[in-house]
Amino acid sequence: MTVVGYLVNAISLGALYALIAVSVGLVFGVLRQINLAQGEVITFGAYSLWLMRTLPTWLAIVLCFGVCIAASLLLQVAVFRPLRGASPLTTLIATFGVSYGLEALWLIVFGPSGNTVSMLTNLNLTVVGGTVALRWITLVEIGAAAVLLSGLLYLLFRSSLGMRMRATAEDLRAARLVGVRIGRVVTWAFVLSGASAAVVAVLATVQTPLVTPTFGLNLIIFALVGVVLGGLDHLGRATAGGFIVGFVNSLLGSVLPEQQLVYVTSLTFLFVVIVLMVRPAGLLAPRGANVERV
Amino acid sequence: MSEGADDRHLLVCQEVTVAFAGLRALNAVSLTLDRAEIVGLIGPNGAGKTTLVNAMSGFAQIDHGSIQLAGTEISALPPERRAQLGLARTFQHGRLFGDLSARENVELGAVAVGCSAREARRRTHALLEEIGLLALAASPASELSHGDQQRVSVARAVVAEPAVLLLDEPAAGLPAESLGDLSSLVQHARSARGTGIVVIDHNVEFVLGLSDRVVVLDHGEVLTEGSPAHVRNHAGVAAAYFGTIGTDEPGALRVPAP
Repeated sequence: MTVVGYLVNAISLGALYALIAVSVGLVFGVLRQINLAQGEVITFGAYSLWLMRTLPTWLAIVLCFGVCIAASLLLQVAVFRPLRGASPLTTLIATFGVSYGLEALWLIVFGPSGNTVSMLTNLNLTVVGGTVALRWITLVEIGAAAVLLSGLLYLLFRSSLGMRMRATAEDLRAARLVGVRIGRVVTWAFVLSGASAAVVAVLATVQTPLVTPTFGLNLIIFALVGVVLGGLDHLGRATAGGFIVGFVNSLLGSVLPEQQLVYVTSLTFLFVVIVLMVRPAGLLAPRGANVERV
Repeated sequence: MSEGADDRHLLVCQEVTVAFAGLRALNAVSLTLDRAEIVGLIGPNGAGKTTLVNAMSGFAQIDHGSIQLAGTEISALPPERRAQLGLARTFQHGRLFGDLSARENVELGAVAVGCSAREARRRTHALLEEIGLLALAASPASELSHGDQQRVSVARAVVAEPAVLLLDEPAAGLPAESLGDLSSLVQHARSARGTGIVVIDHNVEFVLGLSDRVVVLDHGEVLTEGSPAHVRNHAGVAAAYFGTIGTDEPGALRVPAP
């Protein structure tokens, strides 16, 4: 039972990081630009849940989606659009700056000590007691990720929008010449990215009710590491990479003795460094893949 | 609209000039295309054939001149707007979306210009059947043979039922026996919907056999234009070819030296 508990918890954290990886990967797919400020969309969503704590839970969640999608679109209009055609490095640094600035903003507006969102607290009750506590939120996380990822798969591979998105991701100029309206495709990528961030904001807030200015940053760092691990230029592999990092991280936390838990992060990163030394294009990239694209 | 006389033409390029880093790839080139007409564009390597197609499709910006599609000036429009106005093109190396299946590549050509999903599926099915690729419809385009990729690429352009179709080296690398299929696909687009077609190919015999009219480019300028027979017997055309690429070019003009 203990082993099953460890595994389920690891799958759950993996699922959460997979969702963040998707939200970064969707935008990267069509624009070839990394959005480092995506963590702030999650933080904003989490704070919005705190601001709406007096509203009925369902309404707060719906509005949180609205907030995250709006924030994502705002980033598109205010940062990505003016930098169209700039080098990926420029956008990377610009979004890093935006992220840094927003963190300062959260600090000024909400203070450093954090705000507790007591929402859906029942989900933190244990399903099964014993040596490894298994909480309902763990199962909800896995379920939500499964639903969202299958929905996304359906959208990408069965809908006309998905076809246009995949074509754009592969060859933007050819897609334009075929007649694909790139602007719309990019906007949809930001909408979906914002919606994924909202799912993460809700799940992470239920699991860790204390929302601090670095709430999203702590999540996005691990997810980004996962994205690089899996292979940035392929949404499926990036998502799987996010999952692996969450899975390994959680498993390490479970098996290490308590006094060595501080090493979990270092060991996770060590794992990633070793993987990238052996497979520079990413753990899941096909052999001989072009490293330059990552 | 600059001149009323051009209204009867489907596509009018007037004095189109394109320069790359000061070098004139096209120098005041004019070309017209009518409904249901096939115009061949030939000339030695570097003559500006692909540049002209790029300028028409929006892949390259023009520095001077005008390009009108059914009386509308399109030279300042982005490529996707031109596609939606009825201008479709293919690329020298197919340039299919390798991760998409053959069927999706063709379907995309229709949905991108505003076709409903159902209508796109119907047209795609019919086209894939016509080119004998139904069995491979689900394969990723990257796994198709070169010849099949070329045909899917033409189908992706034809499926949009464009007013103007620009074919950039559709026969490149195709075995001689499949040139007939390609010709009939192109002819069918012309006869069924009155599509005006511009075709570039290294295989001069293929272009002369397909075209109603041929425009010869050399050093970014129009050397001559006229019927295939006129071009075949034009001394300057042979000189342009022999002077730059030699006689070993497969499919090069078989014209006695002047």
